[in-house]
Amino acid sequence: MSAESLFTAPISLSGDDVMVRAEGVVKKFGHNVVLRDISLEVKRGEVMCLIGPSGSGKSTFLRCINHLEVLSGGRLSVEGRLIGYREKNGVLYEMKPNEAAAQRRDIGMVFQRFNLFPHMTALENVIEAPIQVKKLPKAEAIERGKELLDRVGLGDKFDSYPAHLSGGQQQRVAIARALAMNPSLMLFDEPTSALDPELVGEVLDVMKELAKSGMTMIVVTHEMGFAREVADTLVFMDAGVVVETGDPKEVLANPQRNRTKAFLSKVL
Amino acid sequence: MATKPSTQKASGTNPAPSGSPLAPPIKAVKLRHPIRWVVAGVIVLYFASFVWDAAVNRPVYDWETFGKYIFDKRISEAALVTLELTVCSMVIAIVLGIALAVMRLSPNPVFQGISWFYLWVFRGTPVYVQLVFWGLIAAIYPTFTLGIPFGPQWFSVAAADVPVFWIAVVGLGLNEAAYMAEVVRAGILSVDSGQSEAARALGMSWSQSMRRIIIPQSMRIIIPPTGNEVISMLKTTSLVAAVPFSLDLYMRARDIAGPIFRPIPLLLVASSWYLLFTSILMVGQYYLEKRYARGTGFERVKAPNESTTEVTK
Repeated sequence: MSAESLFTAPISLSGDDVMVRAEGVVKKFGHNVVLRDISLEVKRGEVMCLIGPSGSGKSTFLRCINHLEVLSGGRLSVEGRLIGYREKNGVLYEMKPNEAAAQRRDIGMVFQRFNLFPHMTALENVIEAPIQVKKLPKAEAIERGKELLDRVGLGDKFDSYPAHLSGGQQQRVAIARALAMNPSLMLFDEPTSALDPELVGEVLDVMKELAKSGMTMIVVTHEMGFAREVADTLVFMDAGVVVETGDPKEVLANPQRNRTKAFLSKVL
Repeated sequence: MATKPSTQKASGTNPAPSGSPLAPPIKAVKLRHPIRWVVAGVIVLYFASFVWDAAVNRPVYDWETFGKYIFDKRISEAALVTLELTVCSMVIAIVLGIALAVMRLSPNPVFQGISWFYLWVFRGTPVYVQLVFWGLIAAIYPTFTLGIPFGPQWFSVAAADVPVFWIAVVGLGLNEAAYMAEVVRAGILSVDSGQSEAARALGMSWSQSMRRIIIPQSMRIIIPPTGNEVISMLKTTSLVAAVPFSLDLYMRARDIAGPIFRPIPLLLVASSWYLLFTSILMVGQYYLEKRYARGTGFERVKAPNESTTEVTK
């Protein structure tokens, strides 16, 4: 493997280096307030890990960034563009579905349950969106799809259906599928939580390579080792608020808040 | 019956660890089921006596007349009409059924309400009654007009000018659409919500994710009951006498039987044709189901490592 990075990172064009900006984000499901007040910034090329107990709102926040959930309050922007809304003269207008779809193209997402398309082979999964959404010529999409699958270590599984792949292999296909759209931001929603322990490593390795290449990543995870090693920023969430933020090594070794201490004492 | 030693395959799905020989196949006396065989024998005996009796003692079956009319031109033409009725009404039913299912799943309450009301009416009344209604449509609505409500009209046709065949097709199709809507809705709902989320996350539009991701997967759920509906429709076409339309298989057989006073052999003739068609449909359904089972693990896909599963040395 050459010294050059495995994945091509998007090049920053704008002067503003903030990729994701959340200001006072609120998300309610009926009367249930899941996100109370989330404000944070993710810089271009930054890897942020979100940790916290289940029900703390980590996954919901991630889904809000991709507009899979609609915000109840606050503002959320990616690369300076509001998510899900257009603002004109101080008035917010809901986006049309095709505008929202266009926004999602640049944001890759990897799910806990992989969500591969079971009626398509690994390669078909990877080339589907580039052909359908980006209208890439089929030959070009196949070439790039094979390259991506090769890079996640599945060069011999092009024609396998998801049902014939292990969990770790499926998740790597899912990562390749998201990368095929050349996203500028990758969201990972507990990517290793549904995997057998011995398969976790192969997925984390791919994510480490991706982080090294300079990809901006937000990762909801329970893998503290990964967070310590790879993340630039660690965010501890609980009950819909950000409790503590900082350098992962410091937060994990020396948490400042009692809630963080209590959580870490149970998981570390 | 001789008892054969059961040969159980010892080589399961996993190859044996490098080189070590497998344990020899289990040799055991097979478990016997005497009661099963006695009951089965009695049933076969009763059935054989029924067939013998039908062939010898029941002249009213009149197999001679059956043989005379089974390939009668009027019958085979009527069989073709029955097929046409089935195909045309199922096309209407499937197209309208998909539309109704999508409306029912739409977030818009007006669409939901329209779909619910349609199902309520067309599933809540007998198809025979509906067909009689369609036959009387000209008495209620002498002309059909297409245009803007309370505005200009573009197109108009007298109800009496619509061929009875098409009235029968519409009557059958609109009734069946209510059932197809439920079949399609169940199919769409059977697809994991993670699938449409993954499609949306990749930037696919609603119609793209429906067409490429959701519908192909729901087909596995939709096809078996749709096959049932087609077979059921083939037989329901015999009710078009209610319209009244009389060129289908059943009515034609009755019309032939009337003047010669032989209803029973001609019923057998009609039944044989219905059976032939349903048998063909069942074969078609088998292949369609196989086609849409891709990637589910139920199909026979040659996995790359399959050659290693059978250890033969």
